[in-house]
Amino acid sequence: MTANATAQIVFYFAILLALTKPLGLFMANVYEGKRTFLSPVLGRVERLFYRAAGVKVDDEMTFAGYAGAMLLFNFVGFVVVYALQRFQATLPLNPQALAGATPDLAFNTAVSFATNTNWQSYGGESTMSYATQMLGLTVQNFVSCATGMACVIALIRGITRKSTPNLGSFWVDLTRSTLYVLVPLSLVVALLLVSQGVVQTFHGYTTSALLQPTVDGDGKPVVDQLLALGPAASQIAIKQLGTNGGGFFNSNSAHPFENPTPISNFVQLLSILMIPAALCYTFGKMVGDTRQGWAILATMTIILVPLVCACAYFEQQGNPGFAAHGVDQVASALQAGGNMEGKETRFGIANSALWAGATTAASNGSVNAMHDSFTPLGGLVPLFLIQTGEVVFGGAGSGLYGMIVYAIISVFIAGLMVGRTPEYLGKKIEAFEMKMASLVILIPASAVLLGTATALLVQAGKSTIFNPGTHGFSEALYAFSSAANNNGSAFGGLGANSPFWNTSLGIAMFMGRYPLAIAALAIGASLAKKKLVPAGAGTLPTHGPLFVGMLVGVVLIVGALTFIPALALGPIVEHLLLNS
Amino acid sequence: MTVPVDARKVGIAVSSIVRPALVLFSLLTVLTGVIYPVAVTGIANVAFAANANGSLVTQGGRVVGSALVGQGFDQPKYLWGRLSGTTPGYNAASSSGSNYGPMNPALLDAVKARAAALHAADPANTRPIPVDLATASGSGLDPHITPAAADYQIARVARARGIDEARVRAVVATCTEGRSLGFLGEPRVNVLAVNLALDALP
Repeated sequence: MTANATAQIVFYFAILLALTKPLGLFMANVYEGKRTFLSPVLGRVERLFYRAAGVKVDDEMTFAGYAGAMLLFNFVGFVVVYALQRFQATLPLNPQALAGATPDLAFNTAVSFATNTNWQSYGGESTMSYATQMLGLTVQNFVSCATGMACVIALIRGITRKSTPNLGSFWVDLTRSTLYVLVPLSLVVALLLVSQGVVQTFHGYTTSALLQPTVDGDGKPVVDQLLALGPAASQIAIKQLGTNGGGFFNSNSAHPFENPTPISNFVQLLSILMIPAALCYTFGKMVGDTRQGWAILATMTIILVPLVCACAYFEQQGNPGFAAHGVDQVASALQAGGNMEGKETRFGIANSALWAGATTAASNGSVNAMHDSFTPLGGLVPLFLIQTGEVVFGGAGSGLYGMIVYAIISVFIAGLMVGRTPEYLGKKIEAFEMKMASLVILIPASAVLLGTATALLVQAGKSTIFNPGTHGFSEALYAFSSAANNNGSAFGGLGANSPFWNTSLGIAMFMGRYPLAIAALAIGASLAKKKLVPAGAGTLPTHGPLFVGMLVGVVLIVGALTFIPALALGPIVEHLLLNS
Repeated sequence: MTVPVDARKVGIAVSSIVRPALVLFSLLTVLTGVIYPVAVTGIANVAFAANANGSLVTQGGRVVGSALVGQGFDQPKYLWGRLSGTTPGYNAASSSGSNYGPMNPALLDAVKARAAALHAADPANTRPIPVDLATASGSGLDPHITPAAADYQIARVARARGIDEARVRAVVATCTEGRSLGFLGEPRVNVLAVNLALDALP
């Protein structure tokens, strides 16, 4: 890594951690219904929403009510996004006269955006009308994220309460997440992005002359360049803040209209991890011991930083295959060097590696460089981060409930070591919690491995794999890892817009979202019913370095043991071949 | 025994969640899918009108490009940019990387072909080729190359135009941006801006 790369990475994490406390504290106040500086304006809107919907703020829900409301609300969103895509040709705001999406693509996209995955089997500028992007996809970017945030808040309430079946109101948590957190932050980020050159317009695509005319594939002359535009900045802001990641344009945040400058890149990078990081503080605040939140955040950071550095290191090494063609990949004053295939000049190696780490640590999945063209071990980093189950920062809300599940597993393992009943934050961890925690680990892992195996066994899966050899295997493994863990990034060479891939990945996304959210809520409800047990001499403190080390170990070992055989067949073999 | 109030609510009535689901979904759609993007568009088109509409570059009232989107060049008198994974190259209505894996033979063929084209256009130049000049960008629309890649081409462009290298170098310098705030991102040269400026030289 170059000195500048180190400086950029250090600066990024410094700003991220500096924002954690103020935003985390603000969110804790929002969820506890306290007055914030936005209340004078948004309080009215919030009360209006509740009145229209017939919701009473104090009307709390049990596990069944909370989970049922969450599922029904998400189902409505799924249906609307499906319908918008199918009928976009007959709807307004379609200046390019794009056709309706096929049923399998519409299904895949609707599941994808409802589950906060934002896997895209399509290229935005050539497939989705402005109406679909705004009314369908932008809306889901907000509410799928708010759904995740609501679920983790319910789980946290379950931990803090005693002897009650109630987890809070899904409607209230959903509304507050959107109104007080996501909309105001998005507004600020969207305008920052436009100031850097991200487009935001309802006009149709515009034509520019080409300075040097060219010819197309059929030898016909091409004298113009059609520039795709659209209301992009508003969608990109929430795409990053809500750990969604679905690009407005096909090449996502590598596209110059989606991410034009190093400043826009930094703002987006910060937006990717800002809410997942701050929620750790919110957690600590709500359980009455902020050290608990910092311990979780420390765990996440300790896992992510070395992986980002590893990715930057391997990408900086470049592609040994280029040497024979007289290509200079060494960093110097005039170039960043390294493996520049699939990377933008303005971002170079440092920002591409940092982004690859952040976007896959969070279940964001937006890209500013093409992961498919990374070096084998550089590409292993994002793949591995996804496979840890999206708990290292993870999705807004879903990452933290995943990490709390890992914390429960850690205290359970620690309890086994000393032969005591494990407890976490004053609650006994018993058989029911462990069963639910096991499901949270096992469901995505089996969806990844069974899905990949199926794709490689059937012709419909294999036929659209783009790269030959072991890299093709990595493309399939990456696709199912990304879908089943709700990340959404891709080794983009895979031709995923086919009935087989759209359907199977759609199912994987569903399995990776709702069963896990329900299991997390079930743990919350089970803990809420329990009494508090005072900490004793045998209680494992869950805020110190010992516990952080334990948690890091459990996350890495569970992630690694499950997937190392698959990784060995893909990126690791490829690395050995490339360097032989 | 008194029944706790909450115990009555353990079961859920589906009807009790249908209205909030539909009403809140509709209201949130209006807020986040209509009011929010329209507000951002409104503010953006007042405060940053040029940026919001694609940072278009015009000459004599005619749009000749975007300051942010690259165009393809292969004539010796122009500075060349990155390879492009789109069809045809620099197709700004269908952005894409090449998505070639690091060992894909097609990737090595593309690098080899670019190296051959560069050598054919300037046989005298035997320096190593800066990597960004031989590889495709992530978007297929990268407007920039590194200062190294510009430097590599200056002699050729000057010769093809029959002008001093110093004049080309001066144009490149005016179209070069350093790192933001001195350390963010990478230094870069805007290829289209250089070529427009070169064509405008007296």
